Amino acid sequence: MIDSAVHDLLYGFSVALEPHNLMWCFVGVLVGNMVGVLPGMGPLATISILLPLTFGMKAVPAILMLAGILYGGQYGGAICSILLNLPCHPPHAVTCLDGFPMTKKGRGGVALGVTVLASFVGASWGITEMIFLSPLLVKAALQFGPAEVCSLMLLGLLAGSTLARGSPIKGVCMTVLGLFLGSIGTDLETGSERYTFGMTELDDGVELIALALGLFGIAEFMSSVNQVAPINTAYTNVRLRDMRPSLADLKRAFFPMWRGTLCGSLCSLIPGTGPTIASFVAYAAEKKVSKTPELFGTGLLEGVVCPEAATHSSIQGDFIPTMSLGIPGDAVMALLLGALMIQGIVPGPQLISQHADIFWGLVASFWIGNIILVVLNVPLIGIWVKMLAIPYKFLYPSAMFFVCIGVYAANNDFFQVGEVVVLGMLGYILLRLDFHPAPVVLGFVLGPRFEENFRRAMLIARGNIGVFVERPISAFFIALCVILLGTQLYVRLRGTKKRKTPADEIGGVTGGGTPQLAPQRVPATPAE
Amino acid sequence: MRPSTSPFRELVRKRDFYAGGLMVLLGLFIALKGTTYRLGTLMHMGPGFLPTALGVLLSLLGIVIVGGALVPSEEADFNPAKERILPENPQWWAWFCILMSPVLFIVFGSEFGMIPGTFSCVFIAALGDKKATWKGTFILASVVTVFGVVLFSYFLQVPMPILTWRGGL
Repeated sequence: MIDSAVHDLLYGFSVALEPHNLMWCFVGVLVGNMVGVLPGMGPLATISILLPLTFGMKAVPAILMLAGILYGGQYGGAICSILLNLPCHPPHAVTCLDGFPMTKKGRGGVALGVTVLASFVGASWGITEMIFLSPLLVKAALQFGPAEVCSLMLLGLLAGSTLARGSPIKGVCMTVLGLFLGSIGTDLETGSERYTFGMTELDDGVELIALALGLFGIAEFMSSVNQVAPINTAYTNVRLRDMRPSLADLKRAFFPMWRGTLCGSLCSLIPGTGPTIASFVAYAAEKKVSKTPELFGTGLLEGVVCPEAATHSSIQGDFIPTMSLGIPGDAVMALLLGALMIQGIVPGPQLISQHADIFWGLVASFWIGNIILVVLNVPLIGIWVKMLAIPYKFLYPSAMFFVCIGVYAANNDFFQVGEVVVLGMLGYILLRLDFHPAPVVLGFVLGPRFEENFRRAMLIARGNIGVFVERPISAFFIALCVILLGTQLYVRLRGTKKRKTPADEIGGVTGGGTPQLAPQRVPATPAE
Repeated sequence: MRPSTSPFRELVRKRDFYAGGLMVLLGLFIALKGTTYRLGTLMHMGPGFLPTALGVLLSLLGIVIVGGALVPSEEADFNPAKERILPENPQWWAWFCILMSPVLFIVFGSEFGMIPGTFSCVFIAALGDKKATWKGTFILASVVTVFGVVLFSYFLQVPMPILTWRGGL
């Protein structure tokens, strides 16, 4: 197994190190890193805005760049949390708790330095996991029939919608809405048009880019415009030599780093629990393990290292089900999968064997990208921090242009620019009604495949809906769904009876997130 | 000080009432429209089957959300700011500008080409900021136009005429 893994990995490096691919990987992490620092621009918005740039590219550089934006943004988000106390990127919200006090004590540089290291360790572990687990998963998944695929998708959809931010039932609503939006257009099996209302432009369905840019672009600008507080940049003068951690710091960070990594990788194995949950769980666990739990929140190095390592190992881990099963765990992964589908690549267990260059190139590029980030991050932090001075009033109109031209370039069709207006308005209404629109994309991307497999399963089973619990593997997934919903219901009922149990506290922070942590008003990113 | 406690009064001041209501309406719309397509049987599903089922599910979920809002909240827990649908200071003008931005892009872009489309799109969006000045907006729109046309027309070769007159020149 090790042999073949090394062989495949070497092949991956040969793909990722091709100058063309390397360049786009570099561009991706650089842009991601830069945008990650800007408050109000989460990875979801960034990836959807830059998605149109990849239309002209081949599949490999496109996916390398988009993935680079994702993990590059995470390095940037940490800077934002530690130096500015802005928890604008949900996975890093918890880093503020100890990161900013460290900055106030003048140890912000060290916090950043160790964070970079922890992120690299976390990411490396996640990548290793991906190398060994993905082929195993594929082997199992190739045995799946349509019924199993269906139940697995159901599990992914439920986990993605109930474990994300906000109320679980509202999350499920958003997933259902996404599934519906995915069914608009020509029905693949019968060729009849659904919900097009005579508009031939809708025959091919709603455009994924229009959906993503409406929900995460326009809706986000509408809620942030004239609301962004000026940023406190008092503590942002970090010099390069401040960032070198001392040996004592490294010693202290060593075990929390590994605990965080482990925590993150465990979380990524549960579908739907993205980096945000991983980092909160890791922080809570670290506090439990610590001999001095009362010192957490006053600028403890452990409180920075552990959640950051968890975030990064979980992000890499999230790629496992996305690439090997074709079932994304959250909206960002759904978007990346959508990008692959735009390139004409069918996601699923056959992806690794049919498009080995994409899979192994991606794995190798993770390592290359992370190394680039470690090298880049240190000298560039100063420049990124200066970028914070760009006022929002310049940022969002320029982004509006990218939204318009990006949607237009998807199919050279002005009609889809109109779709973006409608979806943006809908997205803002949903945001105001306390719905988090991220699961919509999840449902939208999986919708057509879900329907196809459901129909096929029913056809094979001669219309017997019981087939989902009669076949053992499928029954296992359905049982997991039931357990998932049961726990949610239990937590909810118990939560209304007595308040402020420790679990609720974590849940509360993960759920609402920003207000408790942030004194300033920051735009809430629906990004996970 | 506790105002009238009639269930309806209680309900209409909750955000979830509107959230659930919207889902019920959306679900009903989807389901009713879905029944106009062929439903088919479980074994041979027609095009209307899944959307109709989703619509029904969505309305049921909406009812549950409204039901959750029915539980009277303790007066001490009730937070009017949290239940408000509009934000504290609604930005009608800015929202209008942001939504008009793609509309102008469509109109000017399709009639006159990429330069007018880009310029108008950025210009109107930038006007939404309450500190926007005519001069600053003009400069921003010009800069983005130059940059955008170079990037998208020359480098990325988006097939959209740079300048045209009503579709033909």
